[in-house]
Amino acid sequence: MVSRQRMWRVLPVFALLALALSGCSNSKVEMNVLDPHGSAGEKQLDLINWSFILMLAVFAVVTTIYIYVLIRYRKRKGIDRMPEQVHGNTVLEIVWTVIPIILLAILAVPTVSTTFDLSEKPKTKDAIRVVVTGHQYWWEFEYPDLGIKTAQELHIPVGRKVDLEIHGKDVLHSFWVPSLQGKTDVVPGRVNHMTLDADKPGVYQGKCAELCGAGHALMDFKVIASNDADFNKWVAEMKAPPAPVTTASEKKGEQLFQQNCMGCHAGINPNVQGPDLNKFGTRTTIAGVLPHDEQHLKQWLHNPQAVKPGALMPKINYLQPDEIQALTDYLMSRK
Amino acid sequence: MGTLIVLIVFALFLTAILTGGYNKTFLERVKNSKVWDWLTTVDHKKIGILYFLSGFFFFLVGGIEALFMRLQLVVPHNDLFVGDTFNELLTMHGTTMIFMAAMPMIFGLMNAVVPLQIGARDVAFPFVNALGFWLFFAGGLLMNLSWIFGGAPDAGWTSYTSLALNNYSPGPGVDFYVLGLQIAGIGTLIGGLNFMATIINLRAPGMTFLRMPMFTWTSFVTSTIILFAFPPLTVALLLLMFDRLFGSHFFDYTMGGSAVIWEHLFWIFGHPEVYIVILPAFGVMSEVISTFSRKRLFGYTSMVFATVLIAFLSFMVWVHHMFTVGLGPVSNSIFAVATMAIAVPTGIKVFNWLFTMWGGEIRFTTAMLFAIGFIPTFVMGGMTGVMLAAPPADFQYQDSYFVVAHFHYVLVGGTVMGLFAGAYYWWPKMFGKMLNETIGKIHFWTFLIGFHLTFFPQHFLGLFGMPRRVFTYQPGMGLDSLNLISTIGVVGMAIGTIAFLYNIYWSFKKAAPAPADPWDGRTLEWAISSPPPVYNFAQLPLVRGYDAWWMEKQAGNKSLPPAEPLGSIHMPSSSFIPILMALGFFIAGFGFIFRGDFVGAIIGLVLVIVCLFLRSFDRDHGYHIEPDEIEETNKGVQA
Amino acid sequence: MATHTEASRSPHMPNHLETATFEGRNKVLGFWLFLGAETVLFACLFGTYLALRHQTMGGPSGHELFDLKLVGLATAFLLTSSLTSVLAILAMNQLKKKVMMFWLAVTVLLGLAFLILEINEFIHYVHEGHTFTSSAFGSSFYALVGTHGAHVTFGIIWISTLMLQAAGRGITEEMAPKLFVASLYWHFIDVVWVFIFTLVYLLGKVG
Repeated sequence: MVSRQRMWRVLPVFALLALALSGCSNSKVEMNVLDPHGSAGEKQLDLINWSFILMLAVFAVVTTIYIYVLIRYRKRKGIDRMPEQVHGNTVLEIVWTVIPIILLAILAVPTVSTTFDLSEKPKTKDAIRVVVTGHQYWWEFEYPDLGIKTAQELHIPVGRKVDLEIHGKDVLHSFWVPSLQGKTDVVPGRVNHMTLDADKPGVYQGKCAELCGAGHALMDFKVIASNDADFNKWVAEMKAPPAPVTTASEKKGEQLFQQNCMGCHAGINPNVQGPDLNKFGTRTTIAGVLPHDEQHLKQWLHNPQAVKPGALMPKINYLQPDEIQALTDYLMSRK
Repeated sequence: MGTLIVLIVFALFLTAILTGGYNKTFLERVKNSKVWDWLTTVDHKKIGILYFLSGFFFFLVGGIEALFMRLQLVVPHNDLFVGDTFNELLTMHGTTMIFMAAMPMIFGLMNAVVPLQIGARDVAFPFVNALGFWLFFAGGLLMNLSWIFGGAPDAGWTSYTSLALNNYSPGPGVDFYVLGLQIAGIGTLIGGLNFMATIINLRAPGMTFLRMPMFTWTSFVTSTIILFAFPPLTVALLLLMFDRLFGSHFFDYTMGGSAVIWEHLFWIFGHPEVYIVILPAFGVMSEVISTFSRKRLFGYTSMVFATVLIAFLSFMVWVHHMFTVGLGPVSNSIFAVATMAIAVPTGIKVFNWLFTMWGGEIRFTTAMLFAIGFIPTFVMGGMTGVMLAAPPADFQYQDSYFVVAHFHYVLVGGTVMGLFAGAYYWWPKMFGKMLNETIGKIHFWTFLIGFHLTFFPQHFLGLFGMPRRVFTYQPGMGLDSLNLISTIGVVGMAIGTIAFLYNIYWSFKKAAPAPADPWDGRTLEWAISSPPPVYNFAQLPLVRGYDAWWMEKQAGNKSLPPAEPLGSIHMPSSSFIPILMALGFFIAGFGFIFRGDFVGAIIGLVLVIVCLFLRSFDRDHGYHIEPDEIEETNKGVQA
Repeated sequence: MATHTEASRSPHMPNHLETATFEGRNKVLGFWLFLGAETVLFACLFGTYLALRHQTMGGPSGHELFDLKLVGLATAFLLTSSLTSVLAILAMNQLKKKVMMFWLAVTVLLGLAFLILEINEFIHYVHEGHTFTSSAFGSSFYALVGTHGAHVTFGIIWISTLMLQAAGRGITEEMAPKLFVASLYWHFIDVVWVFIFTLVYLLGKVG
């Protein structure tokens, strides 16, 4: 049974085309609806394939008649034929009304059952609860049961259900991880739920899919799935007290951070809020899009809007180079 | 500053009126000029041309916007148009193409053809017809002026709140969207109303509902949808205007409002809108395929039934645009099944077209080529439409390039191809000149190939995780080559469009006068001269069956049987009030957009009210064309 | 006269001056279609109001604000005006100009009375802290009731204008459809008011 279901996903032309076209991608970050790594994504792909096959059958019939008609009944030179003025054909017309209805009924049954299936909250006790909040233009992830708050990277254990509670504060966004699960909108003033899981360790690209302003295209995040041991290690790391500030440069950086960044990055002012930076050193990206290194951090600090148009973070271009270095050192040491 | 501009415009306008009034010969010259004639016309044929050509102008504008977007996306991390600029382009492209290009061009064909097809001398309300056009034009102009005055709208053509509220879109951009669409929308609404009344009341004797040509039927049904779908848009825009200009809280969740209400109102309008623009294209296809297959339309009654059913269902499915909002599985399932149901009547239409060609004698004219290219293209759009109807799968497609591919297959493969087919088919009737068939064929092939090259890869872009409305993407994620192909395809579409432009030039400069019936047509419009005389039919025709003109030709008649004796014909007078009233709305729109003390808005609205009174007290009953005058110019119907 | 034979052939009852001419028939049909669009417009405003009516954000609720006695009086004025506009159209079809003008005047006066009561009511609400900008409830309330009020205002101006025209021109085949559609419009705003009375005021009182 399992192998037959696997066949389902490999056989269709769709998947073949997908392989041919995406074969060149050697990136480790996965982002492909046709190659899912979670149970929700697999159910969705099953439905995509099923509907595609049904539609392909219809398309084949239409195209066959179409090509036949165009060749057989084209006007030939020198022949002036008067076609018979047919009004219609009741039997034919009933046939092409009833058959589509049957086809759609065949599609509607799995559609409705999957719709209800995917809307269920996880029943298992070991599900991880995460509160997701969409901001212009970054994602906040809070694990209320674990006491962890982070941004841009959603860490999940492989094989366990993750119960996402999706909140919004400013405009509409949409939470999408193509390889794991479809979209759920971030609607300010409402709480939405979505369940996802990953079946193998890996990094899955996440996207904002609802136009949310100038920086919409770069409102990226990552879902990092790891096995239980690695996940627990990450949890412990996140819950550990902040790394000590050791070098002189880091100390100076800490001071600069408190003077320049705390207003937004420590949750003091609830209206102006940036990501929590307590464990910034453990991240793999800056602002969700840049590689995580000193050079790019400086680039971001100098002019965030050049990297991500419309970013709400002010430009930190008024500090001296040594001060920027100190701030960078401090931030990178936050593990 | 806004107030100042408005005042200057108004002062110039007053001077123009006053000096004109003092100088009688000047006024006389103005009144006899061609420009004045076109500005004040209430003749449906001229209004049709105005609609079609200004719609085509906006089509070019929207096309250039699309070209810019594809240029930005040709390689990853491109920095040609980023951030808000790109958002302005995508918003203006969508809004322009739907409201300023597709709908006006459809109204253009409807105006040019429907009264002829039902054997009428004009529409039910010629004045309202002119007003509808000028309102659309004022709205379209207003919206496109945003590029110069403070930035174009950038919240998407759907203009979702809260992004479209003051807090997140502080500039005047969204105000231009709100006011421009509101004005154009009123024009469309009264246009739709006019065509409903026309088709109900003005059919020639014998032209029963079930003898009406398919294009007239689809125009009728589209008008009905317009009548019931535009008020929700009016309300949505009104509420958004209140939120932005007058501090109300309909969509602001911090004060109890709800962004979801906007989505509902917008899509209660927005989904029927899709059928507003596609049904007339279906009508064009039915006419073209039937004419060039030299066969009666197969299953005419079921075509009519399917059209009406599609219109009915179009109001029942709007939530499929909102599957990811979180309305719950019950609501999602109901709307999913309703959406799938639309595939049935649409399928009926496709098979009817195929079987119209079956047994026919197919002539591959340019109009027919567009119709033939339309069938598989549209069927592909329909296939992805059914796929999109399944909510769990839609969670993946929603707001991705897959959706972009889908609706371009339907809107370009359906509506635009339909409009081109209609243009080639009815051009001789509208302008009295033929379009060039060779250039037409270049137009068709480059456009069709370019179209598929552009949009087919976009299905896969979506499935590989590219959301729509993004100005860039990361390299190495499988998106690079597909985006490149997609941009290359635009070249084909651009060449096709330029070929059409050249063809228009050719027809005006070099084409010979068109005969009355160049295609061996089947419906009434081909029984009268090209272009028709101002009164269309010297005597109203008697309609004796479906495909009335074809029937008469088969019976050996050279003209339609008259239903009335030759007599004096009553014609409506031209009027400058429609354009003046549209100017009032235009000024008011500017006044609202520039906020401040709303002086401009008040001046504009006062002008509108003045026009209403002018019209109400106007006792001009039109003029009559006497039989001897008709005999002189009579090239059309003879008894 | 062609118009007479037209009138007797018309599906409507004879002596209906408003549909005696071709233009008149178009106008009446077009106006019915317009009312269809208006119905959808009000339906959307009703939907918005019903969705937002509990979002008072700490301000006074409908239950606290609404005074059914005054609103009842306003309702009585408006419903009566519907009756008087019917009487005016009956008089029109009997070609009794003076009677028609009298009933039209009564209609306008009743409309004015309704409008004064409504403005009075709004002023009272604003003093209670229930304004257009105070909450989503306030916004949706004024949008719905205010749009209706604007329609009443327009109707009053419209009917007054037509009275002015009819005074000079008399009851003609050209005037009759104008007067008839104005009275259709007046009935329509009456019907909308019945729904407002039920869904805004009564429902607001119930909770």
